[in-house]
Amino acid sequence: MNPTGILGAAWLAYRRDLLLALRHWGQVAQPLIFFVMITTLFPLALDPELAELRRIAAGILWVAALLASLLGLELLFRSDHADGTLEQMLLCGQPLTILALAKGLAHWTVCGLPIVLLTPFVATGIGVPFEAVGTAMKSLALGTGILSALGAIGSALTLGLRRGSLLLGLLVLPLAMPALIFGARAIDLSIHGDSARGPLLLLAAMLVLALTLAPPAVAAALRISAE
Amino acid sequence: MNWTWLHKLVSPPHAYRIAGRLTPWFGWPAFVLIAVGLFGGVVLAPADYQQGDAFRIVYVHAPSAWLSMLVYGTMAAAAAVGLIWRIKLAHAVAAASAPIGASFTVLALATGSIWGKPMWGTWWVWDARLTSELLLLFLYAGVMALRSSIDDRDRADRASALLAIVGIVNLPIIHYSVNWWNTLHQASTLTRIGKPSMAGDMLWPLLTMLLGFTLYFGAVLLVRLRGEILLRERDASWLRSVLAR
Repeated sequence: MNPTGILGAAWLAYRRDLLLALRHWGQVAQPLIFFVMITTLFPLALDPELAELRRIAAGILWVAALLASLLGLELLFRSDHADGTLEQMLLCGQPLTILALAKGLAHWTVCGLPIVLLTPFVATGIGVPFEAVGTAMKSLALGTGILSALGAIGSALTLGLRRGSLLLGLLVLPLAMPALIFGARAIDLSIHGDSARGPLLLLAAMLVLALTLAPPAVAAALRISAE
Repeated sequence: MNWTWLHKLVSPPHAYRIAGRLTPWFGWPAFVLIAVGLFGGVVLAPADYQQGDAFRIVYVHAPSAWLSMLVYGTMAAAAAVGLIWRIKLAHAVAAASAPIGASFTVLALATGSIWGKPMWGTWWVWDARLTSELLLLFLYAGVMALRSSIDDRDRADRASALLAIVGIVNLPIIHYSVNWWNTLHQASTLTRIGKPSMAGDMLWPLLTMLLGFTLYFGAVLLVRLRGEILLRERDASWLRSVLAR
């Protein structure tokens, strides 16, 4: 048998998670439905006038994406922990950091990317002009990446705890607030016809930082939780 | 180098004894300094020419805000020591610090809000410093909530230690992004409460209070650390012999 390289192992972990998601697509769809539902709440609770909604559209999109991806984090490690796959990952001799990165990436593909793809429809519904939709998608693409990275840390720490999902929100949301600030700002600038380059670049910098620092932290958290 | 003295020091019986002995050395100076600082701040210092007597709340507000950050730093440092060298006492220090830090954060928020009423006309303004402080409180809440929801002591120690370290890495990012956000949205409504230069007779009580609060934190930390050791070592035989005395 050929020894599997690091990238091979990462690819296997990534493909496995995608396959599992495909087989349980109902679970995958739940956060997305949640995302659409939250954005529906605002027009109902506030004034359905599009001009009014446009003023707070950036905030609505970001808060909805934040909460939806929080809900999706449930799926990241829980079933692996329950059926013992996680222990096999710890024992398999491949660097856990890389496996954590692959799993995070798979989670983003399943949870973050569909949110980004849904954004044009949802954003148009709350009055975001056509020119700003591209920025909204970029902002949420970078943002959901950051959330997947930060959320993976929280998800690994709260593995197997009772009321873990409630705790997860408590741990992850404060860490995600800088991303919220810049992400919503980018969309807001773009809605007003200004260049959103600055906040988007800052958001990209945050994503790079999160991708660098989060995987080792996730690996350490998994080791603590799986003992 | 011989490290036996360190291993002896961090063993629970010694730490328990030494913490007990050190407590008055922090507590009494703290009491005296806070008393002197309060007298200096509330009675001796002149009223501010703009803010009148309302500025005097700074003598509680600024030390609380300072400590809310110092305690988080202490907690994260202790957590890192505990995580890296697996020293249980360091985890006990981190566990003892978190509620103290959260209390100082609440105190800083409350005094800031009370100060805000005469200055801004409302109890709460989304001022950068107050907002940072609020997010700091959320970070403390996360660490404490994680610790309390894990039953296994060792796992609770290490998981909350990791979270504290993640928090301290994020703290500067949170701080600067809140500042940036605030200057974008609030620049005009903000009244300047920062004091570029403070008169000497206003400044010395503040410095006295800062030192007093810091020593007070030391004293409370030692007391809480003893409580934490009692809780963790409740089945140990040395404890029975100490308490029987």
